[in-house]
This record gives sequence, C-alpha cells and structure tokens, in this order.
Amino acid sequence: MPDPLVAARALTKKFDDFVAVDTVDFEVRRGEAFGFLGPNGAGKSSTMRMIQAVSPVTAGELTVLGMDPAADGPKIRARLGVVPQEDNLDTQLPVEENLLIYGRYFDLPRPLIRERIDELLDFAQLAERRKMVVEKLSGGMKRRLSIARALINEPELLILDEPTTGLDPQARHALWDRLYRLKQQGATLIITTHYMDEAEQLCDRLVVMDKGKIVAEGSPLELIGRYSTKEVVELRFPIGVQETVVDHLEDLAKRLEVLPDRVLLYTDDADATASAVHAADLGPEQMVERRSTLEDVFLHLTGRTLVD
Amino acid sequence: MTTPLALRVMEVQARVYRRIWRASVVTSFVNPMLFLAAMGLGLGSLVDRDAGRAALEGVTYLEFLAPGLLAATAMQTGAGDSTYPVMAGMKWMRTYHATLATPVGVGHLTAGHLAWVTVRVGLVSLAYVIVMVGFGAVGPVRGLAALAPAMLTGLAFAALVTAYTAQLENDQGLSSLFRFGIVPMFLFSGTFFPIDQLPGWAEAIALATPLYHGVELARGAALGVGTAAHPLVHAGYLAAIAAAAGWLAARNLSRRMLP
Repeated sequence: MPDPLVAARALTKKFDDFVAVDTVDFEVRRGEAFGFLGPNGAGKSSTMRMIQAVSPVTAGELTVLGMDPAADGPKIRARLGVVPQEDNLDTQLPVEENLLIYGRYFDLPRPLIRERIDELLDFAQLAERRKMVVEKLSGGMKRRLSIARALINEPELLILDEPTTGLDPQARHALWDRLYRLKQQGATLIITTHYMDEAEQLCDRLVVMDKGKIVAEGSPLELIGRYSTKEVVELRFPIGVQETVVDHLEDLAKRLEVLPDRVLLYTDDADATASAVHAADLGPEQMVERRSTLEDVFLHLTGRTLVD
Repeated sequence: MTTPLALRVMEVQARVYRRIWRASVVTSFVNPMLFLAAMGLGLGSLVDRDAGRAALEGVTYLEFLAPGLLAATAMQTGAGDSTYPVMAGMKWMRTYHATLATPVGVGHLTAGHLAWVTVRVGLVSLAYVIVMVGFGAVGPVRGLAALAPAMLTGLAFAALVTAYTAQLENDQGLSSLFRFGIVPMFLFSGTFFPIDQLPGWAEAIALATPLYHGVELARGAALGVGTAAHPLVHAGYLAAIAAAAGWLAARNLSRRMLP
C-alpha cells in the first residue's frame, strides 16, 4: 500500500489548558474522501488547521504529503487546497480576480492561471459571473467559488471544512454534485461536517469525533452496521405522555434511545416493530419508520445528537 | 528571504486599490487645499505679522506649515491603512486567512502590507505636494524631495499601528488609538508650531514622537534648511521604529492568525 497522504499518531492540540484535539490517530489514503464527523467544538477544525500547517502541533506526530508541517509548512501548503469554514474571498474584487490573485500567491505564471480560471469557472458554474464583484454572489455561489479557488494550484489534497454549513438544500446538492465529480476524477478529499447526510453522501471512510477524541472509524455502512440496527422507528408522544410509556417500549425493540422530544426504537424490522407499537396501544402522536443513519451511530456512541 | 511572496501580497492590495482609488482621490487633493487655505493663508496672515515672522526664522507660516502637514498626513495615511483594512483581513473579510493558506507566510504578509501602505502614502503625499506647489508653499523640486521623509514617516506609523491592531479583539481600540495617539501627535509634534513653544515636559514628549522626526525631515527637505539634529538621526530614529514595530507586527499577527 502506498504511503498515506496524511498520517497522525497521538496527535494533540492544546490551547492553554483546553485540549481541543486529544491523542488522535488516523490515516488518509490517496484517492479517498475521508470525513471527520462530529458536533461543533469536537476538534475537527483544529485538526484541519494542523494538517494545513497553519497551527502548530502540541504533541504527537503528524505527516502531511510525507512532510513535517513544522518544518515544511510552505511546501505543504503549496500542494494543498483549502475551502474554509467561513468564506474568506476578497468581496471587493470580481470573481475571476479572486482566482487570479490566489494563483499569484502560489507563484503560478499568469498564462497558466488564465487557462485554469476558464476551466475552474466552468466547473464551478460561474462562467457567466466572472466579472461580477463577489459581494453580489449568493451564498452557494461564494462556496463554489471558494472550491474553484482552492483548486487553482491543482492540489493533491483538498480540505473542506464544513463545506455546506449555512446553505439552502438546493445549494447544498449543487455543491455535493461538484465534490462528487472531483472524487470521480481521483481527488483526495478531507471533509469535516456535522451533517450526517453529508458524511454519508461523500465519504468513503470517516472518523467520528467527540470532545477532541476519535470515538469510531470506518465506512458509513460499517459504522451503521457496528453501532446501530438496520432500521429505526421514531415515536412522538403528546406532551407529558412519553415518560409514562417508556417502560412499555423496552421490550418492543433491541435498543431504545429516549430524547427529549421523541423515542427511537432500534430494530432490524421496522414494520414488525411498528405493528407491535400499534398493538400495545400506547397512543403515539406520530410514528416514522426509517433506515439507520450516522446520526444514530453518533447518538449511540455519545448519547447526544449531532446538531443541537 | 521574504521578497518575492511579499511582492505578491503587495500586488493583490494594489489590485484592490485599483477598484476603489476614486473614493480616496478627492480627499487626497481637497484635504490639503482646505488646510493650507484655512491655516496656511488664513491663520498665517496673522502669524506673519511682527513677532511671528521672526519666530519662524524668516519663512511664511504657509511655508512653515505645509511640510509639517505633509508629514502629518503621511502619518494619518500610514496609520489609517493599518487599522480597518488589517481588521478586515484578520476578522471581517478574513482575507488574511486565505492568504496564509498558501505558501505565503506571516512575514511575507506583513512585509507586503507595509510595503503597499508605503506606496499608498507616497501617492497621497504626491497629491499633497502638488497642492503645496499650487499654493506657492514650496518649489516643485524641494516639494518632491519631501516625499521620501513623508514615506518613511508613513511606514513607521503603519508598522506601529499594524502591531497594535493585530492584537485587538475588536475595533473599539481603534478609535482610542486616534483619540489618544494620532490626534495629539498631529497637534503637538511640531506640525503647527515649533515644539520649543511647548513647556519643557511636553517638549520632551514631543521629541520622542515619531511624527516630530518626520516633520523635521520633511521641513528640512522642503525649506532647504537645517534640521534640529542631523537628518540621519531623524531618519535613523524613524527607520529603527519601523524595523522594531514591523517585527512586532509580524509576531502579533502570527499569534493571532496561526494559534
């Protein structure tokens, strides 16, 4: 197997007394889409910043593209693409000039930058807006431009920190489509997200992070198989009723999660479980049958939901 | 070591400026006209009577004032361009984060920013000199000679204020900077009257301000007269401040941007 693009061993980041990343181990291989799934504050962004060589490692080992970020920061950054959590485009400049200045930071010759700008604007579906000042773009367009900008140096590794946070569903899907294309072209992606559907859609492999630690690792399907059942029945009860019926639900499912607003019944056969709930006549206001997701994995591992 | 990538940073700032220069060009010409008309000509007509003329060693108040204002404007431009634009880069637009995600380092970023601000100070000062020449406050050759002192003054203040802004959490500290730093210096560092008119303790403070040394240099160049100390002492003082504050600015930006 070829050397991993990123390898971390006992990687730790502290800010004064606060441990943001706590002795984590992971490897990102060439050509895969690797995810960091976890709630806000889990340590995902701190990990990303260490990989980008813009934040010193406190303890442990980290190699990126075979190099040490402490010693070879500029060389590493020259071969990375970064789509930040918060847009940091130059909003006073037009779309194409944002790409041009970024190419210049990478010291690329102008004719090459011009060539790539044309390709990247097509890819980002922004060709018609190339002269438009960035301030006037929609949120989804700005994100697509951020991705295009991150590709100007043809990076070996593209890091996307919460790429679709704050976007409407349509813009999210448009963005996923672009990322899916990149994946098919063989790009290596690292994606952080607190959306389980995003992780399921895009990631070949992922780690689940919570409070600075990695609590599980695998493909989305492996994780669901390991930490959840195939299917879930969600029940909502009228106010005040849930507490009184929980005891009766225990026997109807393999496992139960009681949330403030609903009860989740983990089962391998949702239809059968739903029938049993009906038969028990417990009077749920609402009953939904669904597949297990990474959200259920996270809930099982941490006892909390991903999005508060 | 930091040259080529610092130039890229400068290039980017110049590109942004190319889109917004129109907003500043009117100010650059109108401001000196207002000041030179009101203070240089208006107030000057009183100063130039009797004792005033003797105290200014034979030059008119307009001639005395104009190079002082040139240095003070350089200070304001260098300082101003290192307040909100730096805040925007760090926090509001976050463009510094984008820059530092590339091979560009904090040293390049700081050097490029300061170099660009110095060019901006040069442009604003050139406008000032043109107005000064128009008012007959200075000849064109001596006026142009005063550009170098103005740019050095602007650079020293840009470095100081960048170091200050880089460690601010929000922009509240910026108005204090002007209220307690820039405005008092503007008024009491030799721009409007020789600092030997100040009480002894205040004169000692004025002597230590970078603006005083910038004013001395600019006035010496514009009037062709000697400066209080050797010009190299004044220039060396400003250069030392620029170097030390530039280093501090890079350190503060690094702490802030690369925690």
